Amino acid sequence: MAEDSLPIQFVAPAQRNEAVTLAMWLLLATEALMFGALFLSYLIYRLLFPQTFAAASAQLDSMLAALNTGVLLTSSLTIALAIQAVALRRRALALWLLAATVALGCSFLILKGYAWYTEYQHHLVPLRGFQTDYSALGSGAQMFFNLYFVMTGMHALHLSIGIAVVLVMMAYVAWSDRTAMVTRRVGLAGLYWHFVDIIWVFLFPLFYLVV
Amino acid sequence: MSAIPQTGSYLDSGYSLRSWLLTTDHKRIAWLFLLSLTLFFFLGGTAAALIRLELVTPTGDLVGQDTYNRLFSLHGIIMVWFFLVPSIPATLGNFLVPLMIGARDMAFPRLNLASWYLYIIGGLFTFATVISGGVDTGWTFYTPYSSMFSNTHVVLAIVGVFVVGFSSILTGLNIVVTVHRLRAPGMTWFRLPLFIWSTYATAVIMLLATPVLAMTLLLVALERLLGIGFFDPRLGGDPLLFQHLFWFYSHPAVYIMVLPGMGVVSELMAAFSKKAVFGYTYVAFSSIAIAFLGFLVWGHHMFTAGQSMYGSLAFGLLSFMVSVPSAIKVFNWTMTMRKGTLSFETPMLYALGFIGLFTIGGLTGLFLATMAIDVHVHDTYFVIAHFHYIMVGGMVTAYLGGLHYWWPKITGRLYSERWGQIAAVLMFFGFNLTFFPQFILGYLGMPRRYHSYPDEFQVLHVLSSAGAVVLAFAYLLPLCYLGWSLKYGRRAGSNPWGTTGLEWTTSSPPPKYNFEQIPRVDYGPYRYPIVSGTPPTETRHG
Repeated sequence: MAEDSLPIQFVAPAQRNEAVTLAMWLLLATEALMFGALFLSYLIYRLLFPQTFAAASAQLDSMLAALNTGVLLTSSLTIALAIQAVALRRRALALWLLAATVALGCSFLILKGYAWYTEYQHHLVPLRGFQTDYSALGSGAQMFFNLYFVMTGMHALHLSIGIAVVLVMMAYVAWSDRTAMVTRRVGLAGLYWHFVDIIWVFLFPLFYLVV
Repeated sequence: MSAIPQTGSYLDSGYSLRSWLLTTDHKRIAWLFLLSLTLFFFLGGTAAALIRLELVTPTGDLVGQDTYNRLFSLHGIIMVWFFLVPSIPATLGNFLVPLMIGARDMAFPRLNLASWYLYIIGGLFTFATVISGGVDTGWTFYTPYSSMFSNTHVVLAIVGVFVVGFSSILTGLNIVVTVHRLRAPGMTWFRLPLFIWSTYATAVIMLLATPVLAMTLLLVALERLLGIGFFDPRLGGDPLLFQHLFWFYSHPAVYIMVLPGMGVVSELMAAFSKKAVFGYTYVAFSSIAIAFLGFLVWGHHMFTAGQSMYGSLAFGLLSFMVSVPSAIKVFNWTMTMRKGTLSFETPMLYALGFIGLFTIGGLTGLFLATMAIDVHVHDTYFVIAHFHYIMVGGMVTAYLGGLHYWWPKITGRLYSERWGQIAAVLMFFGFNLTFFPQFILGYLGMPRRYHSYPDEFQVLHVLSSAGAVVLAFAYLLPLCYLGWSLKYGRRAGSNPWGTTGLEWTTSSPPPKYNFEQIPRVDYGPYRYPIVSGTPPTETRHG
């Protein structure tokens, strides 16, 4: 079985594994700070307009979002199992699990897209040229929807990247014989996937469960 | 630990354009950054020269106000994001981090190259902004002007800064992982050169602050393009939110722009005093302390912006606290010189210049952190002078000092010492002549960002512009004699300054993979005096 050669800057495979894992965690810290700017803005406005945020939140479909949360959490399970399957060299099982992850990720995006469409029909989308009416909800409502669409939009963008990454991982699992390399990369993809998942775990209560 | 076959110098490992543009060698990538940064430095410098030329007379006779606004915006954007932020980390940092810790390359060489390409793509967007007519918001892109009113190419400029931000994140990521995981056996944290400590602290700030800038700029672009009003009160937003988010990045970014310079000065002080840096651990941890405190002071940019008084009080106090680790550094550098074997070659002159200019910049920072004084001098030339003392007097001086010190290692050639000393001294005087009058101007009430001014300010403005001429000359000189040395300079030995550090144990210029054998480190970084015959580090065989 062909193994990937160790790049010149590393002296041992373990050193390389530690380096790439650290790099992925640092990347996730960067991502967390990027979302952090939005979470901070949310916090400020929620403290300024608590009643409005509760009223605006009631406009969103929380059952659909709860279903979506279930979908995404299940995808985290499938990718975690896929990482184990790759490590155990059970190629077919790993491929099925990764495919399930992609399917669940896509289902999330479809459901999310449907939610956005309903919100568009209810005139809640604060884009230029779109008709909106927040007058019934009190001041601060527009910022709630600004935050909602930017944050869920950024999350959907990250999930799409995640889906693309998992598709690439499927190609590796299917066609590459360099087990150590594939295991390492699928592990990193899994870290990223869980991160995107966790962002949603925060978004769900912040936007749908405000009382 | 495996030995690798010894290769020729990294400069001889290929001469084609391809061998440079597709290189993954950290030393060659440092060169790519060095050349492109120099280009941007002189582009930003040209904008500054035009600004100073316009300000020679009180009326707007060289350029009108619209052009003037574009000039200072361009100057700021280029100098901050395309020169100062990447300056030392991407050039000297890239070149030296693996050499100083005993590694053969950065942890992720291809990512390192990608970082340079992102820098170039960001630069192209900035060029496109200039060609299509420029941007007039200032480098800070303050809303609501940038989001609602400016009719210039704000989005184009923002895309440039957004992209170059990712270059900065990747460089930071590479440095952090390299320092954590690629240190040679025996290279413990407290045997790291202080340059590594400060570059590491810088890299952490790059990783944690830059994404906030990216998101902030994205929100400005979303507001301009799609009407999602984060910063427009009519759409539910608040312009002050922009200032909070922007300075949450941009104040830590100030420390991105000065910490690496402090690292260079620590190295130079030890090298030209032939003495260990006084209070090594304090200097090391002061870098970490500055990086940490830097995240807690952003509100001092908004004392006059309607922020709560108690908030301002807290931000003012925290800003004062930054002066503690900064002062630790300055005192320890001066103590390092005490009873040292001092010599005053070019890099040392730059380092001494740094200490003087940084101290003035730092002390005037305390004025600005004091609310009552800040209200008086806010948005005046006092602020301009203050941050130029830190950014230019500090960082650019340290950058040039470091470049001169490691030039023999980077190129294998010696430059003209005489010309180097002339340039260093000229820079110090030119700098003070340019920026000291601006403290007075600001205190008298001259606001920043105006192309015309009352007649009584003319004497000080003329002095400042005269200083700018001297300064321009002092910055052009190294370009000439360093360029000259590339072809005609004498060959440098492996350790021309007789100083410690793993980088000086390699040949000049270093071989392609730095170390044939990964060295084993048994001592701290500044083991003076060097006893002849025993190198500061030993090579472990087998």
